[in-house]
Amino acid sequence: MTSTFSEFEAVIGLEVHVQLATESKIFCGCRSRLETGQTLADVRPNSRVCPVCSGQPGSLPVLNRKAVEFAIQAGLATECQIAERSVFARKNYFYPDLPKGYQISQFDEPLCLKGRIWIEGAHQTSRWVTIERIHMEEDAGKSVHSSDGTQINLNRAGTPLIEVVSAPEMHAPEEAGSYLRELYAIVTAIGVCDGNLQEGNFRCDANVSVRLRGSNQLGTRTEIKNVNSFRYVEKAIAYEIQRQVKLIREGGGVRQETRLYDPDRDATFVLRSKEDAPDYRYFPEPDLPVLQVSPQWREALRAKLPELPRQKRTRYQTHFGLSEYDTGVLTAEKELTEFFEAALLESTHLGLPLADAAKAVTNFLTQEIARRMKEQDGAPMSAHLKPAHLAELVKRTREGALSITGAKQVIGEIWLRGGEVEQVIQSKGLAQVSDIAALIPLVREVLNSCPVQVAEFKSGKEKVIGFLVGQIMKKSGGKANPGMIQQLIRNELGQQQEETKS
Amino acid sequence: MTPNQRLPFDLKQLHHSIDSIHAAFCRQEIGAEELTLEYLSRIRASHHNAFLCVTESQAVELARQADRRLRELGSEVALARYPLLGIPVALKDNLQWEGVETTCASRILQGYVSPFSATVVQKLLDAGAVILGKTNLDEFAMGGSNENSAYGPVLHPTHLDRVPGGSSGGSATAVGVGLCVVALGTDTGGSIRLPASYCGISGFKPSYGRVSRYGLVAFASSLDQVGPMARSMKDCARVHAVLAGVDPKDATTREFKVEPDLKRPIRLGVPHQFFGQGLSPDVSQVVKSAIQKLESLGAEVHEVSFDYSDAVISTYYLLAVSEASSNLSRFDGVRFGRRPLEAENVLDLDSFYKKVRSQFGPEVKRRILFGAFALSSGHYDAYYRKAGEVRELIRANLDQIFEEVDLIVGPVAPTTAYPLGSKTRDPLEMYLNDLYTIPANLAGLPALSLPIGVESQTGLPIGLQLQAQRGQDQLLLDSAIQWEDVFKDQQKEGV
Repeated sequence: MTSTFSEFEAVIGLEVHVQLATESKIFCGCRSRLETGQTLADVRPNSRVCPVCSGQPGSLPVLNRKAVEFAIQAGLATECQIAERSVFARKNYFYPDLPKGYQISQFDEPLCLKGRIWIEGAHQTSRWVTIERIHMEEDAGKSVHSSDGTQINLNRAGTPLIEVVSAPEMHAPEEAGSYLRELYAIVTAIGVCDGNLQEGNFRCDANVSVRLRGSNQLGTRTEIKNVNSFRYVEKAIAYEIQRQVKLIREGGGVRQETRLYDPDRDATFVLRSKEDAPDYRYFPEPDLPVLQVSPQWREALRAKLPELPRQKRTRYQTHFGLSEYDTGVLTAEKELTEFFEAALLESTHLGLPLADAAKAVTNFLTQEIARRMKEQDGAPMSAHLKPAHLAELVKRTREGALSITGAKQVIGEIWLRGGEVEQVIQSKGLAQVSDIAALIPLVREVLNSCPVQVAEFKSGKEKVIGFLVGQIMKKSGGKANPGMIQQLIRNELGQQQEETKS
Repeated sequence: MTPNQRLPFDLKQLHHSIDSIHAAFCRQEIGAEELTLEYLSRIRASHHNAFLCVTESQAVELARQADRRLRELGSEVALARYPLLGIPVALKDNLQWEGVETTCASRILQGYVSPFSATVVQKLLDAGAVILGKTNLDEFAMGGSNENSAYGPVLHPTHLDRVPGGSSGGSATAVGVGLCVVALGTDTGGSIRLPASYCGISGFKPSYGRVSRYGLVAFASSLDQVGPMARSMKDCARVHAVLAGVDPKDATTREFKVEPDLKRPIRLGVPHQFFGQGLSPDVSQVVKSAIQKLESLGAEVHEVSFDYSDAVISTYYLLAVSEASSNLSRFDGVRFGRRPLEAENVLDLDSFYKKVRSQFGPEVKRRILFGAFALSSGHYDAYYRKAGEVRELIRANLDQIFEEVDLIVGPVAPTTAYPLGSKTRDPLEMYLNDLYTIPANLAGLPALSLPIGVESQTGLPIGLQLQAQRGQDQLLLDSAIQWEDVFKDQQKEGV
């Protein structure tokens, strides 16, 4: 981006709606949370409603204490100041799925102020991004449109949300992506959000403007609403930057408007212009007292916070010598982090050295397992694969009883169909051959059929050994222990060359 | 009731007190069902338009239940357990009662059946009360004359060409003509006290936060409060004792510190600003002589200064209409709210809202528009925020007064009940009527209207307003109960 529009700089601010994982809704006792694996579509429409969340006249909101605690914890985890006094406000607008004709939110006195999030970027570009504020609010219901008309489902109405508002401090789509991934990692790690992207647990609005590089003034911004995939947010912002730069270059101006992103066309389009934006007529919610958060309550909640993703990354790096990239993957998803730590624990039960096990488990997780999760677009961990399986695989590969390739096959099999490590190795014939007597004939056969490479090796071309190992692995059907083969080749061709060289 | 008070219960007597009914139950002179049927037949025969809905079958069922309890538990135990057992009561029709229509006297809620009961209604039922029906009011409690009802005005109990006052006019007239023993009203800017004063009955607005608003269809949430209206302050206090208390469903209810009994003469504060321009000489004279009467009974009377009487009306109306504009947003015809036929085939949402919301009456529309304007982004600071600041000044001023006196005393309204239609053309004139009652709402004070006499020429009732510091509801009620008999002689008994 930087190279393409060098004279322009993009300015990006993000507003993220995070659904809090409370059991009940924010202002009534109706169930709000989905069971694991359940989707909103599985719940009978309007079965989770009561006089309060359906906005019956005369009903009154009562604030869910757990929701407040989750919001405070989200604030603490992002280094916000927690306001001792914050005020709920009514945001007034008409829409059929907004039962009261107003949304209870917070306006000029939000719960959390001035926090920050550390975003990891390539090439020493990691830095803090300021969070302006975090406020609490209720979700609206859902309008279901069909040819018969529109139906309203209020199951979601009154679901507790926090809105996390960043400063307009990001300058590239990738930075926005990093910010979102880190925020996601934090709120899921501390357990205040279930993190189900498909169900809209984590929705992002992006404010995008461009300006001449070096300018202090902000350009006219557009807001891209309700994108619920990190990848799409990046793509939407990238598109929007290009669109705005093009407009400015052509001498036109950017219009302040709200836009939607269409992933199928990879483009944004206008939802409404600034003139059509409603005047929300905010005023303090008279039905709720001022929210008071005592320092004692706040500190008790801080004490309950688990280790945060960034702290975990540092610990993994210093204790286990893992790379920045690996620790980033491990802490991006709470499930992955928990799986990693559980597998490490299992490894110590098996008597494996911690740092080695950490590295090996990480490799399985960041390569084989993260890939599988990503392939299914954020699908959860397989129900079959357990941390103990990984520990077992680490042990066997260390002992030479299983190749890394074999281990990956075992993972694939258990991921899909379940089973135990030993049984899969047996049934798939994956046991690694570490028996010298069985391997020597193979080694000799290959060396005999490759005189050119053998000669090259002997003349000092060390790298050729990789080719030879590969040929022998192929012959063994992938079952040979590659370390052992290399040793055998060296033995066969004589150690002298090696020694002369060094 | 005292044991030697052995007058037989007269069913046809216009007014019955809770005590006289309960005494009759004890003596088995009458049953709850018989009493209920008498009141239901009075309602049927009445032409005051006080009731919007009479819940005959529920009432008879509740009365039979009361009789069963009297029979099974014995009257002593039954009355101890159910303090309002068998008492015929009415609800202002902005209170939800499950299974019964709640219209708020608006076209827009016609046919809306409550899916739940207000906390106060549940408490009445739990106390054994027999609910006879729902009373008429100004649409969404917006008005001071009960002429803003979509179902026609309520008539004054005795002077049929006059207004009963509003917005709890149906409840006031129902009590006034003996259609029920007690009625619940709601008071946002005087809506209990004003009609009580006009109709010559007792009406009590508790401290804000003393009684649950859950199930009261909100007009202005920070001002609304539910209270009793009855023939005596004693009965009001009995009902209030049932209604009061913290409700987990209403976050604005709270505990109040109970002050110990006064060990000295009570101090009354008289703000001279409440006797200025606009107050009718007759009302002024009756109120002043009532204050003298109290002084002669041992009260200390102090002149105090309420410095914001010029700001009261505008402050109140800005806050009330702002909150109302938001509270009434939900009447959009989507989940509830009558959909007029012409709203069914519109093509866009805005036209739909327009058709549905056109059903509001003119006063409600006026307030929604004012409120939406006062809250709009360009005007918020000048109107809503400023009004909130003045409200704090008013509250502080009243707090200061209550450091010197126990009760503030003065008129309820500038005049007695006026002729129907005489003020409908000028909303501002109607608003000015609320000058004396509004401060209690702005500051969350308990306040009541006690009948003290009548206007000499017309015979129309005049009320005395007593207000106390927030939380001092009991002191206020006890004082009024102590004094109410003194003024009984000065009123023409009956209708």
